[in-house]
Amino acid sequence: MSSESSVLTAAPRTSAWLQPHRIVLILIAAALVLASVFYMRWDWLPGYLPIAIGGIWRTIWLLLASAGLGIMLAIPLGLVQATGPKILSVPAKTFCTIIRGTPLLLQVWLLYYGLGSLFPQFPWIRESFMWPYLRQAWPYGLLALTLSFAGYEGEVMRGAFAGVARGQLEAARAFGMSRWKIFRRIWLPQAVQRALPTLAGETVLQLKATPLVATITVVDVYAVASRVRQETFVVYEPLLLLALVYLCITGIIVFAFRKVEGRIPTRLG
Amino acid sequence: MMKGLKIAAAALMLGVAGMAAAHAEEIKVGFSPEAYPPFYTQDASGKWGGWEVEIANAICGEAKLDCVLTPIPWDGLIPALKTKKIDAIMNSMSITEERKKEINFSSKYYNTPTVVIGAKDQKFDATPEGLKGKVLGVQVSTIHAAYAKKHFGDTAAEIKEYQTQDEANQDLAAGRLDATQADSIALGDFLASDAGKACCDLKGEVAPDDEVLGLGVGAGVRKEDTALQERLSAAIKAIRDNGKYAEITKKYFDFDIYGAASQAN
Amino acid sequence: MPAVHPSRRTKLSDFLAAVFGHGTLGLLALEPPGRGSFLLLGLMNSIMIAVGATILGLTIGIAGACGKLYGNPVIKDLCEVYTTLVRAVPELVLILLLYFAGTDLINRVLAVWGYPPADINGVVAGIFVLGVVQGAYSTEVLRGAILAIPQGQIEAARAFGMPLMLMLKRITLPAMLPFAIPGLANLWLIATKDTALLAIVGFNELTQTTRTAAGATKAYFTFFMAAGALYLALTLFSNLILGRVERWARRGLPSVGGAA
Repeated sequence: MSSESSVLTAAPRTSAWLQPHRIVLILIAAALVLASVFYMRWDWLPGYLPIAIGGIWRTIWLLLASAGLGIMLAIPLGLVQATGPKILSVPAKTFCTIIRGTPLLLQVWLLYYGLGSLFPQFPWIRESFMWPYLRQAWPYGLLALTLSFAGYEGEVMRGAFAGVARGQLEAARAFGMSRWKIFRRIWLPQAVQRALPTLAGETVLQLKATPLVATITVVDVYAVASRVRQETFVVYEPLLLLALVYLCITGIIVFAFRKVEGRIPTRLG
Repeated sequence: MMKGLKIAAAALMLGVAGMAAAHAEEIKVGFSPEAYPPFYTQDASGKWGGWEVEIANAICGEAKLDCVLTPIPWDGLIPALKTKKIDAIMNSMSITEERKKEINFSSKYYNTPTVVIGAKDQKFDATPEGLKGKVLGVQVSTIHAAYAKKHFGDTAAEIKEYQTQDEANQDLAAGRLDATQADSIALGDFLASDAGKACCDLKGEVAPDDEVLGLGVGAGVRKEDTALQERLSAAIKAIRDNGKYAEITKKYFDFDIYGAASQAN
Repeated sequence: MPAVHPSRRTKLSDFLAAVFGHGTLGLLALEPPGRGSFLLLGLMNSIMIAVGATILGLTIGIAGACGKLYGNPVIKDLCEVYTTLVRAVPELVLILLLYFAGTDLINRVLAVWGYPPADINGVVAGIFVLGVVQGAYSTEVLRGAILAIPQGQIEAARAFGMPLMLMLKRITLPAMLPFAIPGLANLWLIATKDTALLAIVGFNELTQTTRTAAGATKAYFTFFMAAGALYLALTLFSNLILGRVERWARRGLPSVGGAA
């Protein structure tokens, strides 16, 4: 089972997945899991299960909302950087540089504690209909995550838009398509298709960024785990379970993107 | 690289006063690096001072210990103690039954009432009925968080947990909280500040609950470190007796914050 | 490098003065009433950790990439497990796990051998934790770069009977460098920003010093903006240097190489 297989593994990939050493590894992993189930403390779990599930939903919700809003911002950001006039492309590039050049944790705190401390100086903000939302923490968390995603994806979309072959756009123009129609039918679909493989990775990175909002009192799954740690003084178990939860969500994201990519024809031009 | 590490180590030990006796035993005292005036304050160069720092140094000096203040976030203090990252906690940590299951405490070195403060423009008091529908902020993993959940959990609109009390105060000033519950001295200090004066006032002391609120603040030590526990307790008694405690306290307060003598455990 | 920060800082204070008025800007001064020097200390700590973590990450990355490409099946699978786990779990969770569990484990091992608990300070722990995270990403970057080397070069080396280590030193590493530099540059930028996460474990890096300074002075906006400017300055300065390094590494290669 040793070295001679290393040269030849590529060809019989699927059938050879369950090699002898893998079975041993899986057994060791299973033993570790069993040991942690029996030798670690899990008695806190039933009591916290409801709020843990609430936390998981909030994490997923934050991820979907920020990624969705972020990509909507990223498309114009990428487009103006690829073709726009200077007056639009320079601010867009500056925005992306600032977002990508500073830590998200700092952005979150700047928005929540920095901006939040400026608001009460203006009485009209307190009286406006926005105040009940501005009082809560999640809008700041969502805003910070959205801007961050837009900053990173803006850069990806710029590359994707710039990468679409010029000839196609010229051909579309020659057919007398309107600019909007060219964008909608030719340019955007191809740019999205180019960006899709990186998008899966970026969405996983976004998932990994969501726990930062726990530092501004948003109760996501990370915050629930912290609460368990603080209330029960159990140190590692909640963190291990938390890691497992993130691992599962990552798995779902990767799987979902693979499905989407599979449905799109591989090569258009 | 070596030099760099030394600088960083020095940076980590900000606020260590030169108390070291010639062959004193070194222990690491954990505290959370956040302003908690007047117990923990930080000057412009990043050096830590305040009542509790001075008292900690006095206790260590008395116990012939070389104490190195080690910054650990508040919610990581007990795990850090148990995993031997630090050897003692002196961070205004109250002695409670819940914590005593995990660690031991020296005898107390201060005990002050717990109060609720809130927005000036709202009139309510520190009772479950008074806090009905209010958003209450507390610091995570404190006696105040435990108390608020137990007594106000059913009536308050929401109990928000903050990493530091300073951030809860900040949110109270920003109008995102209606009230916050904490130690009377720490909140008194905030109420005396410009931001505190502008926004908030005292709503009252909470009803007593010794089981949750504990019997004062002590130095936390590992369960097996009974020698250290006794040494610290003896040193606390010694500085109470020789007047050092009163001398330090006089600089910060116009009354004795030790509380009733009979409560010592 | 020190020459950069003071000039950045004066420009920054001009900018802030225009936006916020002069009230809180004195707090950024370098002399004691101001907390500028404290912020710079934090920046220095951040840079130190980022450098250490990148070096450790690269070391792990080289080992991991070689393990994935040339190791036996067990090593290959273990490397795969490592990179998958680390890349799927948030850095924040890993930092908490490794920071507490890591030092606990080391001390337990030391106790078994009869040594007193080791004094693991924040810098070492920070470098270790971020290094392990960086290692997973650099494994992938380096693996990709090694695969991008024209196969003939490696085959030629094998044909000459070069031992693996010599081949690594003379052929593989130099040849993959132009392909790896863009990815590694990106990792360095991520490392500088990931140091901010150590604020969660109370380490005195730039974000933590900013947080305490802001808490003590109540000038939250001013301090967070100042810290943002410092991070941005670090990023832009790094970009400048990394651009040069990339040009140097790509010397002699056709200008439209594979490193896109």
